[in-house]
Amino acid sequence: MISAIGNNVAESLASLENSKSGIGTLENIRSRHKTIIPVGEIKASNEELTAMAGLRPDQQSTRTALLGLIAVQEALSSSGISDIKEFRTGIISATSVGGMCTTEDLWYDYLDKEKSGPWLKYIEAHECGDSTEFIADHTGIKDYLSTISTACSSSANAIMFGARLIKHGILDRVVVGGTDSMTRFTINGFMTLMILDKEKCKPFDAERQGLNLGEAAGFIVIESEKASKGKEIYAELSGYGNSNDAFHQTASSPDGAGAYLAMEKAFKVSGLKPTDIDYINAHGTGTSINDLSEGTAIDKLFSKNVPSISSTKAFTGHTLAACAAIEGIFSILAIKNNMIFPNLNYENPMTELSFKPSTIQDKSKKINHVLSNSFGFGGNTSALIFSRHN
Amino acid sequence: MEAYINGIGIISPQQTFDTADFLTEVVEHNSKSLPCIEPSYQEFLNPVLSRRMARIIKMSIAASSVCFKEANISIPDAIMTGTALGCLEDTEKFLSAIIENDEQFLTPTSFIQSTHNTVSAQIALQLKCMNYNFTYVHKGFSFESAVLDGLMTLAEGEAKNILVGGHDEMTDKYFRVCDRIGYWKKEENVPTMELINMKSDGSIAGEGASFFVLSNEKTESSYAVLRGIKAIYKPQSKQEIESKIAELLHSKELTFNDIDLVVYGINGDARFDKTYNILKDGIFKNSTSTYFKHLCGEYQTSGGFAMWLASNIIKRQMVPSAVLIGENKTKQIKNVLIYNTFLDTNHAVFLLSQC
Repeated sequence: MISAIGNNVAESLASLENSKSGIGTLENIRSRHKTIIPVGEIKASNEELTAMAGLRPDQQSTRTALLGLIAVQEALSSSGISDIKEFRTGIISATSVGGMCTTEDLWYDYLDKEKSGPWLKYIEAHECGDSTEFIADHTGIKDYLSTISTACSSSANAIMFGARLIKHGILDRVVVGGTDSMTRFTINGFMTLMILDKEKCKPFDAERQGLNLGEAAGFIVIESEKASKGKEIYAELSGYGNSNDAFHQTASSPDGAGAYLAMEKAFKVSGLKPTDIDYINAHGTGTSINDLSEGTAIDKLFSKNVPSISSTKAFTGHTLAACAAIEGIFSILAIKNNMIFPNLNYENPMTELSFKPSTIQDKSKKINHVLSNSFGFGGNTSALIFSRHN
Repeated sequence: MEAYINGIGIISPQQTFDTADFLTEVVEHNSKSLPCIEPSYQEFLNPVLSRRMARIIKMSIAASSVCFKEANISIPDAIMTGTALGCLEDTEKFLSAIIENDEQFLTPTSFIQSTHNTVSAQIALQLKCMNYNFTYVHKGFSFESAVLDGLMTLAEGEAKNILVGGHDEMTDKYFRVCDRIGYWKKEENVPTMELINMKSDGSIAGEGASFFVLSNEKTESSYAVLRGIKAIYKPQSKQEIESKIAELLHSKELTFNDIDLVVYGINGDARFDKTYNILKDGIFKNSTSTYFKHLCGEYQTSGGFAMWLASNIIKRQMVPSAVLIGENKTKQIKNVLIYNTFLDTNHAVFLLSQC
């Protein structure tokens, strides 16, 4: 994984343990809103990312694709895969911006027939699927490729679809996750919706003012029993649920009906009960609507007996299509290290909710099951349950 | 994993929408970018909503409505769509506004409608459908991923009727941008029925919104049974393609000789003819050959048009002359294979049979 709090899993875990947030000032892209909105940005230029991925300068691609490749390289090596051809291997990636990070710089040059250059190669890179193919081509993955875009729930759905491909015997192992880079397109889009906090975001706080955007890529390797034989297994994906809020194109319903359904489905798949959950890694964006909607659905599902819960968005920012994968990795780290990460910047309880998020680094209990939520525009709601492997 | 195709709604550059007609007259577009023939949306959308909606959303809502009507269902148990480019018109609108106004004075409407999942979200919103909802955005695998997910979902047993669709729109600007990297033919005129005979590089652009109700139950409206799909990424050899097709057929206890008719994604681009010719003159030399991109143009989710064509050929037991290559070699059409590619990168195989 790579995000504002680290270039790999170890660095990210260290930041989480030290309550070190990655939210700061935008540096790598030009935007007139630079000084107004704090963001969770990865402090490396595209040239530096290209080198980090072990590529020559002429192999550079879009920021979205580069971030994705770096995270996939780490995921493959941490799962001990050296021969990609040993088993049928696929990749399901998620992205909401795709190549927009480059298109927004070159759009008018593309349209100007007088201008030409090697940058014309980025025209094809605009399509979301191109970043996935770039990653696949540089890692040798070939047996199944797909890309998912369901706004901020995208990578939860990539994880879900990948797991089902294994369940149906279509693949033996699959790299699942998502990648999204910072763009002026999303910054300005969220600005027009007036849901960006001008300070550091405060998920689940009564005084919350909105979200901070972030950029990240996170990938997880899911293997069938056959392919994972003899390996260290970090966790199991025990449940998943997908639903649609069908309420509004961008806003969540106040009662969180879609969120409730997604969680309910995840429990059904897992065979677990709400009381089995030790920690909830909430979607918790810091917007007025999301936190109320999600919190209300959680209160209902857990009958107001909510286990330890936190949002890690104040560490990384809201990384859109990558957030569910990033937070899926945090959920796995929570299980592996018996650790609950703090919900930073929280002070004032919401009167509408029964629970308060954890605000301290909590290592006091064993974590066996983690629920991770992700909700997006278009009413797309998803929930995943990660469990300790026995 | 099999599914009955019980309803189809498709808006394309041909007269395909809500009609009993089956390509009796081909619409010739005097352009290298074939636009969809759009219906009146009054029947499908209230005019206030309709005015604010982008063209691709309206086309998709209308096409899916017709599809539900034909399959005789009101709400699907799942919605999965594929789109390579999403809502291009709104994406361009918001992008241009950012650049031209230097990130000032922007309004959210086009941003809201620009996200790739807008269409499946809007269909869910119109129907108040809270069920499973997915959007796949992988170039020439977008529609194919949605179809595979559909087959998997039905096999999992909890859904009975699901909506699967593919939609992509072309805009003037995007046509010009893709023209710069050799997507389209350079000739001034490309007559529809001549596309297949052209020896030059490039194709013609297209667009469409194709929706299907897949079900695990055969009904009076069933067109065909969809028996499987395979996506092949950047195949390296003829053997690789043939073995993937064989794998799909063998899993259904079929051989190459059982395929009565093949629908090829031939797009008139000399660079990509090879794959189709290898199959047409090789393992499928005894099957009837058809093609379709001269009718709908080249676009990433053209697999939807191919599936509409194959479903109708099977149901009607009739091959329109406009799609025929050579002669019609078979009397009864039991098994149809679609072989479609996008830029020689994304290859897809669909198997459909009479039900």
